[in-house]
Amino acid sequence: MEMLSGAEMVVRSLQDEGIEHIFGYPGGSVLDIYDAIFQSDKIEHYLVRHEQAAVHMADAYSRSTGKVGCVLVTAGPGATNCITGIATAYMDSIPLVVLSGQVPTFWIGDDAFQETDMIGVSRPVVKHSFSCRTAEEIPIAIKKAFYIASTGRPGPVVIDLPKDVQNPLNKFPYEYPESVSLRSYNPTLSGHKGQIKRAVTALTSAKKPVLYVGGGAIIANASEQVLALAEKLNLPVTNTLMGLGAFPGEHKQFIGMLGMHGTYEANKSMHNADLIFACGARFDDRVTNNVEKFCPNAKIMHIDIDPTSISKNIHADLPIVGSVEVVLQQMLDLMEETKATNDSESINAWWDQINEWRAKDCLAYKTSDTHIKPQQVIECLYKVTKGDAIVTSDVGQHQMVAAQYYPFKEPRQWINSGGAGTMGFGLPAAMGCKIAHPDRPVVCVTGDGSIQMNIQELSTCMQYNIPVVILLLNNRSLGMVKQWQKMFYGGRQSHSYMDSVPDFVKLSEAYNHIGIKVDTIDELEPALVRAFELKERVVFVDVAIDPEEHVYPMQVKFGSMEDMYLSKTERTDA
Amino acid sequence: MRSIISVLLENEAGALARVVGLFAQRSYNIESLTVSPTNDVTLSRMTITTEVDCKATLEQMMKQLHKLVDVLRVSELTEGAHVERELLLLKVRTTNAETRQEVKRTCDIYRGQIVDITQSLYTIQLTGSGSKLDAFVATMDETSEIVEVVRSGVCGIARGDKALRG
Repeated sequence: MEMLSGAEMVVRSLQDEGIEHIFGYPGGSVLDIYDAIFQSDKIEHYLVRHEQAAVHMADAYSRSTGKVGCVLVTAGPGATNCITGIATAYMDSIPLVVLSGQVPTFWIGDDAFQETDMIGVSRPVVKHSFSCRTAEEIPIAIKKAFYIASTGRPGPVVIDLPKDVQNPLNKFPYEYPESVSLRSYNPTLSGHKGQIKRAVTALTSAKKPVLYVGGGAIIANASEQVLALAEKLNLPVTNTLMGLGAFPGEHKQFIGMLGMHGTYEANKSMHNADLIFACGARFDDRVTNNVEKFCPNAKIMHIDIDPTSISKNIHADLPIVGSVEVVLQQMLDLMEETKATNDSESINAWWDQINEWRAKDCLAYKTSDTHIKPQQVIECLYKVTKGDAIVTSDVGQHQMVAAQYYPFKEPRQWINSGGAGTMGFGLPAAMGCKIAHPDRPVVCVTGDGSIQMNIQELSTCMQYNIPVVILLLNNRSLGMVKQWQKMFYGGRQSHSYMDSVPDFVKLSEAYNHIGIKVDTIDELEPALVRAFELKERVVFVDVAIDPEEHVYPMQVKFGSMEDMYLSKTERTDA
Repeated sequence: MRSIISVLLENEAGALARVVGLFAQRSYNIESLTVSPTNDVTLSRMTITTEVDCKATLEQMMKQLHKLVDVLRVSELTEGAHVERELLLLKVRTTNAETRQEVKRTCDIYRGQIVDITQSLYTIQLTGSGSKLDAFVATMDETSEIVEVVRSGVCGIARGDKALRG
């Protein structure tokens, strides 16, 4: 059998797992692993400028491909800098394996230099973690980590690797396990047959059904089944922020995103539905608004691979534990077999009602002679990229506007931090996507607050030539915070404006990138056309937008799903 | 409502911390927690007593426990017939013959055992349900001066055929 050191085992195990890209930052506790990486020609490593960005890059690499993202960092601050990234992936169920160095086993507990209890610090935000105390444990720990991260409800897994375990002088027999099974971990994939039957009956007899599709449908690769079911029964479909792209954004049955900044028609349809069929969605508070007033007449049907998501926030009348893809296929097969269908007359009546709500045109906005509106920027982006770009975003108003005004055609095209709401996610996420999809246009839609939270990665872009487009909706303030302050805090703008926004064009140029400043609407389209034509360069497009613009619709706090502000002056009847 | 949850989990480093972390993180209450390896040393058996506001919270708690990768089985004992026991060790000051006799008598009534004696102290061992232990401690408090109390927390098992096995 081949004899390898612990450090070599780490690199070989990753290779044998099929890992091609890894994101990280070296340091004292992982020098031996970095030396093994130096000698490997199979794994491409990207050196970031801050470990948080490494995790976001791996995370978006995973979101855009479905593969597991992989990160390597050193002990102490290297590891703790990953926490925000790990929490971001955890909240959105993204499979990651984070390898962190550790002080030698004989120093653990002695407060050694750069010692941090990474297993303890990361525990609340990981799916699972391993600490390898001998080199022989490494291959099996890595195999288990990738298995756990990618199956069931996916999530991040941390592997702690003390330095002495990596020692290049001590060689051990190496064999990478072909498969792994854990007696305590067996995720359920297919739905209970009785429940499938009941679900088909409930769905085909509903008069006002809504298909409520979340990020779980994307993770499960269930878009084909969602589309088939929706078209078969002519169901209205709404997507969560995480589910955008799971159902085609321009399909006539798509009624828009739902929730806090969802469309009028999506929220109205949910509130007035008699059946809500949740597929890989988790009734997040940004969706339900006040749970006491949530969809009073609806029966709730819920598919989720994670039993804890079912009946956590909203009681499910018909729970189905399983993968969205498998369960929907089971339902489609049963419907095929039994020729089950719904009453097209009542569905048509339901569509008449929905179309009436649609006619309100809730996303219409007023343009201005003096300012560029953020909605115009996203519409222009859509036009220039023909709807084909991978769009990453940061967190805030720009994120909501991108979600509302860029109809996503396919899954894994919209990459954002939905659950954690992590500012600083967008740029490294775009880089991770570009590395995974070098031939596709990738754009990071960002704000002047968010972009400055990981702007150092412009340097990583320079080092590896990762040509992403950065589209900054610059309103010289923390727009979403300001919007809330204007609406609910008497307009007191406590620390929500940026007094000294840098010259982003000059900043980009300092990193040898191209910067374009856009101040008027006439400059917008040519700037974006140029940005996407410069395929080999990072282009930073800094667009000065109306600083007073708010995001609407917006649900009224403590209200039902259908209680919404529609503009600064208009509100639905309470 | 008070519930007793039995958990069978991998006897591995960090498994206990994950369970305790889960309770803290989701602001669930733990009244007592006992854990020890089983006859199969690769598995640990845990008994948790908790106070929950409703059945839905208990169900969510059990699902969350089961979601932990280390956990094999979770079951609620209080929903069926079960046996629950707790161990109490109690040290009382017994400075005169009268107190010693009274302590011994009370101890016999509760079927406790005196397991250690010094010139001025008795150490008593008693097992039973939590409420029996509470009553004994209250009586002892009236009879003599309690120096030290230690309780193991509840261990529980289902009656009859029902078993929690790997």
